[in-house]
Amino acid sequence: MMELVCPAGTPAALRAAVEAGAHSVYCGFADETNARNFPGLNFSPADLAEAVDFAHARGAKVLVAINTFPRAGAEAIWHRALANAETCKADAVILADPGLLAHAADRHPSLRRHLSVQAAAANPDAINLYAEAFGVRRVVLPRVLTVAEIAAINRAIDVETEVFVFGGLCVMAEGRCSLSSYATGLSPNMNGVCSPASHVDYSEERGELVARLGGFTIHRTPKSAPAPYPTLCKGCFTSGDQTGHVFEDPVSLDASRLIPELAKAGVSALKIEGRQRSRAYVAQVVRAFRAAVEAQAAGRPLPDTMLARLTEGQAATAGAYAKTWR
Amino acid sequence: MDLTVGPNLFFWPAETLRAFYRDLASLPVARVILGEVVCSKRLPFWQDEIPLAISALQAGGKEVALSTLALITLKREGRLTADLFDMGLPVEINDLGALRHVPAGVPFWVGPLVNVYNEGSLRWLARRGASRICLPPELPLSSIAVLAETARAEGVALEVWGQGRVPLAISARCYHARLHDRAKDACQFVCADDPDGRDVDTLDGQKFLTVNGVQTLSQSTACMARLVASYEATGVSALRLSPQSGDFASICRAWRARIEEDIDADTLVGRIRPLVPGGSLSDGFPKGGSGAAWSGVA
Repeated sequence: MMELVCPAGTPAALRAAVEAGAHSVYCGFADETNARNFPGLNFSPADLAEAVDFAHARGAKVLVAINTFPRAGAEAIWHRALANAETCKADAVILADPGLLAHAADRHPSLRRHLSVQAAAANPDAINLYAEAFGVRRVVLPRVLTVAEIAAINRAIDVETEVFVFGGLCVMAEGRCSLSSYATGLSPNMNGVCSPASHVDYSEERGELVARLGGFTIHRTPKSAPAPYPTLCKGCFTSGDQTGHVFEDPVSLDASRLIPELAKAGVSALKIEGRQRSRAYVAQVVRAFRAAVEAQAAGRPLPDTMLARLTEGQAATAGAYAKTWR
Repeated sequence: MDLTVGPNLFFWPAETLRAFYRDLASLPVARVILGEVVCSKRLPFWQDEIPLAISALQAGGKEVALSTLALITLKREGRLTADLFDMGLPVEINDLGALRHVPAGVPFWVGPLVNVYNEGSLRWLARRGASRICLPPELPLSSIAVLAETARAEGVALEVWGQGRVPLAISARCYHARLHDRAKDACQFVCADDPDGRDVDTLDGQKFLTVNGVQTLSQSTACMARLVASYEATGVSALRLSPQSGDFASICRAWRARIEEDIDADTLVGRIRPLVPGGSLSDGFPKGGSGAAWSGVA
């Protein structure tokens, strides 16, 4: 069966995910070492130790994301996160930075290493490099590849691949985007945040709700319409005589219908985005996807109604997995 | 400090490129990096210019290197990358996968699109043979200072972004094609219409971003005129100037005058501003704030 890798922003969400059928849960420490460094989220080392015990008792694994790029002069913070993950008996760490990978391979050789999507390893050469240089065992593929390209990559590498199937969608190659810091000074790579709420400002002007990020207008929405969060790359802009969502519409990723094709392409694990989501949301999504991977493994049709309910009323896309998205 | 001219990020006609590199050969810069960084579909239209540009630049006494693509996804692109190492020139890597093609014992350069954020990564690259590294533009001065020290200890020349629209993101999706309601595979090379990229403004008319095929750049031209002294003090050895249309020769000469201390920062800014596309400048990234910020009068 394909492994289902599920998000947990809190210990409660982790327990909900495990109880809903997650094979693995990924989470991070409550600091700048992980790419979902949001207020009120994430784990202390003590939380993590307890969570790992809970998951292991139920046959599930815990993967710890330490996937920002350590700040020069402050690498010790990231090194400590690695040591804490090992002490807590995490099943693997998810890393992006070459320097941190080198440190992990050297100092924590028996701690399993996965390559984060933030490393954006999008070709067999890059993946084989990380495997040879740092003993990486699994690669989370960036959301820039088609299913056919993923199949070709799997034929040319020896490590496992994991792909995102549901949740938020980066339209840029992950870990290689400074749009957020251009507008706010804070970036996913350096600070673990994108389009941070601390730099969002809403105002009502001429009957519209205006959302600005670092002073740049991202949306103007009529007061009666629902206003999406001002994520920079999902904003509405003007270029020449055109106005619209230049980069991407405010959509999220749903590749659930592609599970059979992804299995055929040699993908080992399916990842759900959403460490910032509630435990109720996590439980619902995990349950639907667990049913889907079980159906796939047994050669039964996918539970379509269950999956359709997840995106009801929202716009969803299969993203880069379909070539026409480009 | 000296000056490096980075690879041209835009899609220019072959004859424009020929004139650009012919002129560059006699300008006061130390080295030039050539190659297609953004989109491999562009390369057949101008690759014949590369050998001509190399000879012209070398005849002018410039050190010349070749750049890889920033995002290698196709088999064909992997082969193109491997071929770069057969040309007998240093290769600047902008996708880490290219490291696997570096012949044993041959030094290589690392471009600003590779994530070198800390001492550990810099040291790892140095020990694999990196001899010159241009840091990612979003790094603050505090990081640059630490990295300059590591670079000195490892014998690596350290370079930072000096001037040009800043590369902010790369994608599988072509935004130029999308603005023309086309998919990437049917783009009809519309990015050639915009020699400095296509500007994207906010709904309130703020100048914001610029799209260049699959790449997104800042619309402001970063100009680190007021950081020259700080960079010099930290041990940065070169500033990178990124090609743009218009009078690039005057930009190179003005920068040279600044690093020779013939003119001050304000004079440099005064000479540069009328020459950059759209006229807006920024220097926020090294100060640790928003990259779009500008230290002078807007």
